[in-house]
Amino acid sequence: MEAMGWGRYPKTTAKLIQPADSQALQKFISSQKKSASCISRGSGRSYGDSALSEQLVSSRFLDNFLELDEQQKVLRCGAGVKLGDILSVCIPRGLFLPVLPGTNAVSVGGAIAADVHGKNHHLDGSFCTHVKKINLVLASGELVTCSEQENAELFRATCGGMGLTGVIVDASLSLDSISSSYIDQRSLVANNLRECFEHIEDNANSKYSVAWLDCLATDKNLGRSVLYLGEHSASKNRKTDTMYRERSGLGIPFYTPSFLLNKTTMSLFNASYFGVQKRKKSAATLDCDNYFFPLDSIPNWNRLYGSKGFLQYQFVIPSDGAFEGITSVLEKISEKGKGSFLTVLKKFGEANENLLSFPKSGYTLTLDFKNELALFPLLEELDRIVLAHDGRLYLAKDARMSEEVFKASYPNWERFMTIKNKYDPGNCFASLQSNRLGLTQ
Amino acid sequence: MRVLIIGATSAIAKASARIYAELGCSLHLIARREDQLELLASDLLVRGASKVSYSVLDLNNFAEHEKTLDTAFTELGDVDIALICHGSLPDQEKVEKNFKQAQKEINTNGISIISLLTELATKFIEQQQGTIAVITSVAGDRGRQPNFVYGAAKSLVSTYLQGLRGKMLTHNVNIVDIRPGLVDSPMTAQFPKGPLWSSPERIAQKIVKSIRRGSHTVYAPGYWRVIMFVVSVIPEFVFKRLNF
Repeated sequence: MEAMGWGRYPKTTAKLIQPADSQALQKFISSQKKSASCISRGSGRSYGDSALSEQLVSSRFLDNFLELDEQQKVLRCGAGVKLGDILSVCIPRGLFLPVLPGTNAVSVGGAIAADVHGKNHHLDGSFCTHVKKINLVLASGELVTCSEQENAELFRATCGGMGLTGVIVDASLSLDSISSSYIDQRSLVANNLRECFEHIEDNANSKYSVAWLDCLATDKNLGRSVLYLGEHSASKNRKTDTMYRERSGLGIPFYTPSFLLNKTTMSLFNASYFGVQKRKKSAATLDCDNYFFPLDSIPNWNRLYGSKGFLQYQFVIPSDGAFEGITSVLEKISEKGKGSFLTVLKKFGEANENLLSFPKSGYTLTLDFKNELALFPLLEELDRIVLAHDGRLYLAKDARMSEEVFKASYPNWERFMTIKNKYDPGNCFASLQSNRLGLTQ
Repeated sequence: MRVLIIGATSAIAKASARIYAELGCSLHLIARREDQLELLASDLLVRGASKVSYSVLDLNNFAEHEKTLDTAFTELGDVDIALICHGSLPDQEKVEKNFKQAQKEINTNGISIISLLTELATKFIEQQQGTIAVITSVAGDRGRQPNFVYGAAKSLVSTYLQGLRGKMLTHNVNIVDIRPGLVDSPMTAQFPKGPLWSSPERIAQKIVKSIRRGSHTVYAPGYWRVIMFVVSVIPEFVFKRLNF
């Protein structure tokens, strides 16, 4: 079948394997020949080529809830369970996932493999910070448990390890108690990047914090943005009727003709969005879906960028050089006339000990670009700016970073390789991305 | 609500059971593999089922049907919904040359269901209420070359259900015949998928809805009613030459 990531670039043909349970999965992995490689695949929400390989091992049928301990606030569930399903089970019980990425369609296995982060990284860390235990099938076909106490090095390599250590079967996750699944949101308008940074620093204690940014504004308006702060509401009852409430918006039925996405339309969109937000009431209460997953209300929004797909570019730069680095990036983009609808800025907290996890202390900026030939040289220039400021790119979004850039920015890659070689010497688990980055082959 | 699901570990059954669990129902599950039943039972409890019990049974062991259903009714008390989901998809080429295998497939997809329906009918007449829903297939609508053994077994059940529906009318029991089209599940893993394929979750939603509404014959998704109408009006002299 034709396979691709959420960015619809690159595309490849792959064989899809859907094991019905963990025994079937073990059987499949044990039967693998040396020459063939495979990579696990959850919901297909990583953007680039990190879940593409000759064979895709789907976690689709590993989707059982195994145990929910409401006292200890621990949930054990299969790797194929989607975060949205967890929320619909947890919210009626007053529980919540401590870290939520921008879509509820992500699977637990995918969230661990990419060590995803959310709007509260500065306070609560990334997804794997709250993972207590993982069961995974190794290249030998053996099912092993790893955690901070047990097989710790395997655990550190698997969290954020992009599926290269094995196939995750199930995991135990810590949950949080919440007063409500509704979020009280406050928005602060910033007329330039400096103001935005100040707003973020001033509100460092806000539970959720993320800024939308007009990436095409220039000169004195450069970095004009709206910072969204959120706290779990204390006033509203928690949402209990999640049944049958799965939102199904109209969706994007076909690809937007690519020529409609140009500098003029992007600038217009960005300027009018900023204008509307600036005039809007600054406080609102949103339900959890609208607050955390605004884009999920438009199924297939990835078709907006045309049939050739798009690339998402997310980097982090340590706080010291962040203002300067992000300014250079924004200037470079404006200069080349590229831009995106959704440019998101957020401050990260401290990094964790996982070997290939993306988040580290500093500021992270996310940009979408329509896939076109002229884009690739621009992204390489951006890579240089990011590297010069001691930054790095997010593997779950990457589809084109070079081996050199990767190895220069992920200093733990060699330790990762040692562990990978120990557990998977034949490179049974490999993706197009891991081949490109020199982690396999 | 108290729900009995037979063939509970099939993809469609699992998806349906999850919807009932989220509604807070009590469930009793019947299937062949105990490890799978155990997994599903814990899944359903987390999702909100008020109680889950199960019995292990190979449904081709007809002699055990009565006893197993007795257990189910003891566990649940009355049964509001009985949903029969089990089945297998035979390799047509093999079964049309080997009667033993054909018989086994017809037992699985046809006779075993008649046996269960016989028991269930008696029990539902006693309780004077409820719904019996059976998953058959669009394959039962007309015998097509690539799967007529499977289709024949399914149409056996569909025909039986039509008669049973009339019989049960005065006993306040509804009979639902659910005919899914192409479903992307472990049973059909070997086929390439196209736009006509749908997910077990989508079929399950339709099942739950049609049981609630008291529907009779349900195509899932609905467009299969149109497709099968077209298939049914093709004149036989043309149809016999088609191989689809």
